[in-house]
Amino acid sequence: MTIIYFLIGCSVLLALCFLAAFFWAQRSGQNDDLYTPGMRMLLDDDQDEAAVKK
Amino acid sequence: MPETTTLVKHSCYHCGEECLTNTYQIQDKHFCCQGCQSVYTILSSTGLCSYYNYNDHPGTTRLRNDKRYDYLSDPAIMAELLDYSDERLSVITLYIPQIHCSSCLWLLEQLNRFNPAIHYSRVDFLKKQLTVRFDPQAISLQQLVELLNDVGYEPLISLQDIIKKQNKAEKGNLVQKIAVAGFCFGNVMLLSFPEYFGLSAFEQNFKSFFGYLNILFGIPVVFYSGWGYFVSAWHNIRNKILNIDFPLALGIAVLFIRTLTEILTHSGAGFADTLCGLVFFLLVGKFVQQKTYHHISFERDYRSFFPVAVQIITDGKEKPLPLAELHTGHRMVIRHNEIIPADAILLKGEALIDFSFVTGEAFPVSRTLGEIIYAGGRQMGEAIEMEVVKPVSQSYLTQLWNNEAFTRQQDNRMKTFNETVSKYFTIVLILIALIALIAWLPFDPRRGINAFTAVLIVACPCALALSTPFTMSTALSIFDRNLFYLKNTAVVEQLARIDTLVMDKTGTITDGSSQRIDLDVRLSLEQRQLIYSACANSSHPLSRMICQYFGELGKLSTLNYREMPGKGITALIGGHEVRVGNDDLIFGKAEIGTLTTRVYLMIDGQYLGYFAFHHHYRAGLEQVAGLAPTYKLYLLSGDQDHERAELLRFFPNNRHMYFNQSPQQKLDHIQRLQQQGLKVMMLGDGLNDSGALKQSDLGIAVTDNVNNFSPGSDAIMDGRSFHKLPAFLGFSKDTVRIIHLSFCISLVYNLIGLSYAVTGTLSPLIAAVLMPLSTATIISFTTLATHYSAKRRALL
Repeated sequence: MTIIYFLIGCSVLLALCFLAAFFWAQRSGQNDDLYTPGMRMLLDDDQDEAAVKK
Repeated sequence: MPETTTLVKHSCYHCGEECLTNTYQIQDKHFCCQGCQSVYTILSSTGLCSYYNYNDHPGTTRLRNDKRYDYLSDPAIMAELLDYSDERLSVITLYIPQIHCSSCLWLLEQLNRFNPAIHYSRVDFLKKQLTVRFDPQAISLQQLVELLNDVGYEPLISLQDIIKKQNKAEKGNLVQKIAVAGFCFGNVMLLSFPEYFGLSAFEQNFKSFFGYLNILFGIPVVFYSGWGYFVSAWHNIRNKILNIDFPLALGIAVLFIRTLTEILTHSGAGFADTLCGLVFFLLVGKFVQQKTYHHISFERDYRSFFPVAVQIITDGKEKPLPLAELHTGHRMVIRHNEIIPADAILLKGEALIDFSFVTGEAFPVSRTLGEIIYAGGRQMGEAIEMEVVKPVSQSYLTQLWNNEAFTRQQDNRMKTFNETVSKYFTIVLILIALIALIAWLPFDPRRGINAFTAVLIVACPCALALSTPFTMSTALSIFDRNLFYLKNTAVVEQLARIDTLVMDKTGTITDGSSQRIDLDVRLSLEQRQLIYSACANSSHPLSRMICQYFGELGKLSTLNYREMPGKGITALIGGHEVRVGNDDLIFGKAEIGTLTTRVYLMIDGQYLGYFAFHHHYRAGLEQVAGLAPTYKLYLLSGDQDHERAELLRFFPNNRHMYFNQSPQQKLDHIQRLQQQGLKVMMLGDGLNDSGALKQSDLGIAVTDNVNNFSPGSDAIMDGRSFHKLPAFLGFSKDTVRIIHLSFCISLVYNLIGLSYAVTGTLSPLIAAVLMPLSTATIISFTTLATHYSAKRRALL
């Protein structure tokens, strides 16, 4: 059963990685604006059309 | 044929407003004004016309727009506006209130197609902000702002935006604390399960390993996530206040110390998961309470109403000057639609000043040369020159801000239920804990300590601390849906305690945009066309309304056109002498006893009739007036009292209506009512109400567009939901009742926990079950009950 020590260590380490990733995302402002990217995504297709028109 | 032209009405291709003339037209596209047409021209020449494909009429009207941005080349102002600047790159974030649809987003992010010197532009849609990176050597800030203005997106640049520094870091910090607490809570819970379900004999060596890990996870929860509670509790004790943070901090500390000792002395499993769960839930409660409105500011004052800079004349040359440097003796130029920033003497030009925002007067007034004009008025018509007699900070209007109401802290407003209860709660809690300790001490000291700590743990007012934030945040989002925006959650409780409503007139109970207009005679088509042609020359709001009333009639050429400020218009059109104006112009004397504003019409010396302009009261004023027996209603208006008779319908008590009130008088009046022990709510819209809004127990700014300027207040209400005010008041009372009920529920859980605690038999398992269970009950109860009561009041 000593494998438990190893397994718990792994799981905690993995979870810490995710926590660190979240901190990084938060600090670099990725969660600041959660609304606009969704709108922006819908606009991209039509941009080609505008270029063609021109 | 002129008859046919009257029938066709076009809406502007750019902004969708009704076109009053056919002058602006490109191919089959009609425009309401030069501004809209030029935006279209710019966009079509750049090949950006798919702007119009995403939405119909995506633009905003350009009718009232002729700003100047010379001041943006002033280095001192530039330095304050730019986020970052070096020789090759400048970054600026601009607030653009017009952002409202996907077309806006699309166009504003294509800025580099207008000018390659703009490297990058990004929109934050909810905050209505645009971040631009550009090369300052190729395009100046002024050119950038002018470009934005040309395409119809005029940034709002005000003094207050410069002064205001955003502190969004705080909320981000809270999210990180929640993340850490959640992370530890999850792990600790998993590590505690084996203990709760029982470990077999040969697994006992895991027990201490799990224990040590639990301590490890507990440390960041206490010292990072929960640290704020200790700081706040300490701070409050030093100020001799017992608030809810004290028992919370005590609970956290006791939990941690007891966990530490139990695990290190191998005497038990400790309460690590209760500890982490407690901190996690508390922080979540804090998070939901911090509702932020990105696009609404509650802290606006005169600085955001005034321009950033003003044009002054020195040595015969015009140059921009930052407002802060404006001194007595400066000669300034105020153009059409610009705001006069300081009390000044009129030196040159015809002044027609719209004081509606400052005094509540509905119509612009004319001033003669040499008169002192108070700050805050908006010039309509030609450019005028004025000499400053008082600096900005000491003018008639801004003096109001020196009143103590503006320096007073918000603290001495009403105490919330939570604050009142937690004081007694804390005292009772400590008493019970001490009694348990003393009662056990003679027989079983160990058990006494156990009981003492257990009481502090189990009675930790987690549910109490959560009931208010969760109820309030649900209530806030329901108000939000009904276009009523509250500054913070405490405002809901203040709303529930109000017993007196004080209302401003112009813009608050009257609808600013739509005045009703009546013509008392039938005119022939020719007569209508003559009057239309005369009025079409004028930019006076009444003339514009008359034009709108007639619709498109085709303008005839006008001779001898004269506009007399404050009187009316005379003109010679097609051989007919047309006079449109007030009683003085037409009859040569003032007519007494009229209740409405009237514009009289005369053609070739023959009196025809008049237009009557009625104020349009907001829909729902009847319902609000119906609150009368329960709530005291007052009217405080800066306007003349010619509507007194009409308003008697709504304010039956004549002594509750006050007219001709100066901003200071309004403030004093609120103060008098408060001295009578009344809880006063003030509804206002203009700068003239800002003193009263601040002094009142609850100030609500009523506005037709939440992005427009509204004075600093506790809440902002969209004019369209004015009729829901009675429902809002009722709902706020329900909300407070729900908080009381959930407090009772949390007390029941506390009593159950206490019965274990005082006997010293509280096991970690019971604590671990009780705490999340009570939290879940409270959250679901408050959310459901709040939604139910909102439905009952037809707010959902």
